[in-house]
Amino acid sequence: MSAADVLAPAADVGGPQQPLLEVRALSKHFPVRGGMLGRAGVVRAVDDVSFSVDKGEVLGIVGESGCGKSTTARLVIGLIQPDAGSILLDGEQLGASLSLRDLRRRVQMVFQDSYASLNPRLTVEASIAFGPAVHGVSAADARARAHDLLRKVGLDPATFADRYPHELSGGQRQRVNIARALALAPRLVLLDEAVSALDKSIEAQVLNLLIDLKDDLGLTYVFISHDLNVVRFISDRVIVMYLGEVVESGPVDALWSDARHPYTRALLAAMPSLDPDNRTREAPIAGDPPNPINPPSGCRFHTRCAFAEAVCGEKSPSLFATGNERHTAACHMVDPASGHSKAGQSSHRGLEHV
Amino acid sequence: MSVVADDLVRIAIVDKTRGYWSTVFRRLSRDPVSVTCATIILAIALAAILADWLGLASPYTGSMIRRLRWIGTPGYPLGTDELGRDMVARLVYGGRLSLFLGLSPVVLAFLIGTTLGVTAGYLGGFVNQAIMRVVDVFYAFPSVLLAIAISGALGAGIINSIVSLTIVFIPPVVRVAESVTTGVRTLDFVDAARASGAGPITIMRVHVLGNVLGPIFVYATSLISVCMILASGLSFLGLGTKPPEPEWGLMLNTLRTAIYVNPWVAALPGAMIFIVSICFNLLSDGMRSAMDVRS
Repeated sequence: MSAADVLAPAADVGGPQQPLLEVRALSKHFPVRGGMLGRAGVVRAVDDVSFSVDKGEVLGIVGESGCGKSTTARLVIGLIQPDAGSILLDGEQLGASLSLRDLRRRVQMVFQDSYASLNPRLTVEASIAFGPAVHGVSAADARARAHDLLRKVGLDPATFADRYPHELSGGQRQRVNIARALALAPRLVLLDEAVSALDKSIEAQVLNLLIDLKDDLGLTYVFISHDLNVVRFISDRVIVMYLGEVVESGPVDALWSDARHPYTRALLAAMPSLDPDNRTREAPIAGDPPNPINPPSGCRFHTRCAFAEAVCGEKSPSLFATGNERHTAACHMVDPASGHSKAGQSSHRGLEHV
Repeated sequence: MSVVADDLVRIAIVDKTRGYWSTVFRRLSRDPVSVTCATIILAIALAAILADWLGLASPYTGSMIRRLRWIGTPGYPLGTDELGRDMVARLVYGGRLSLFLGLSPVVLAFLIGTTLGVTAGYLGGFVNQAIMRVVDVFYAFPSVLLAIAISGALGAGIINSIVSLTIVFIPPVVRVAESVTTGVRTLDFVDAARASGAGPITIMRVHVLGNVLGPIFVYATSLISVCMILASGLSFLGLGTKPPEPEWGLMLNTLRTAIYVNPWVAALPGAMIFIVSICFNLLSDGMRSAMDVRS
């Protein structure tokens, strides 16, 4: 691989039909130490998660804290090793025909904490140039690349290249982080709560920047957030996670207008609204998420679900097609054959009062 | 390829990190306390190194007829010791051994302790447990007791006291190095560097060392004063330097018998130890605040 190849945008592989990223049955269990005998159990941080990301789309991943969103992202970029499952980029399987080094050139990540994700000892320019330099680009070219990227993210290199992270504002730092993630000309960028720590006006600017960069550079995003308004704004498709599992996935419009999983509906109902007539008066779901060390049997949501029946505690639902295009939900009420009393009913009758 | 890339990374990074250290130095030079302390230490160190050219009396030849002269005696501005040797010469020459015994164990402990601690912190897991538990064993003993025990076992002598003091100071340095490295390793920029495909050695050098060496260095400078006192203590107990070699701790010991006859002269070596230790401590404090560039 020559130095010039590193900075060139990667060529398309497999045509538009082939998903850019495919995640199959990915699992990660963290052993938890404690108790007298040392091992208390495992946290099923990510449990049998499958999804795919098409070229040029933005896939949103939503869910409350601890549901496995960030772990999924870290698994995809190989920062932690999965216990089971496979990751395919451009149809090549990681560990088989795709090396971790190649994966990390084509997939990059932007982290939530803009300060912790920049080395305080390096200038902005050095931080951005680090990736290309590691891949064998000459110091001068890496520097030029860094200046070019700073311009792309809206920071003047003459002013910002020699600054240290503590001399920048939060929004500027996150722009630098985006530039750093783009330094290796990746095809897929994982945005892990990338705008969550910014205040609202800066958040909007950075979101617009992300959309512009995506169009300019032909990028694909996986956008992880707990902020549903932001996810709806930027995403084409959304997957909803609960306790390490995917509970619902579908195009953003279908999900917002016709959510089938009671958890998704509760999340949507919990969204703050600017309309005073549409105020949320009571919490749509009560209580904390169950302990992920010993997740509930059957459907993991049944302990907090208003529609839970006997079948929900016994059998774990898999993702069923809802009838909408590419829209699936892991709820017994969606599967007509599940034995749930509301099974097979359209969402608008069964779940009206949620 | 990785070797080439490493060189390139170094070229790309080095000019930038130099900027940081010059900032620290500039801030340090604006702090009057640090400048004063550095001047005092430098003056004492230079005097000790250049003692042969300062036209001082011999620190070894004494005279039974002018023992324990008071401070201010003509010809003997700081008096004479119990064998009639000139105290100015004894104190200046004594700085050689005292500073050497105070600094060299800390330098050695800094090198060994940082290597062990950063390795433990960066690798984590089993390596961390193995290194840290061994260190804990040494940490369980009070430092003075450990130094005396090791020195006693090895026998008196300068090299042996350096070895024993190095062993005493490795555990605290390892602890600090390990905790700082563990803290840095979990920060997102290390993950980001891994995600850019950098190998562990490049990450260690560019992203970890630059962020951990500062705090460890500051901690090590604060150990110099303790080390000087311990080294003096060993000499005082007869486990370090041997007479007639001038060394502040040993001088304190031999002048101890004269404390009722001439307390001011007897206190002089102690005063030197005190001044140098407090200067090192204040300097390390100043360094810590100068390195916190964020403030």
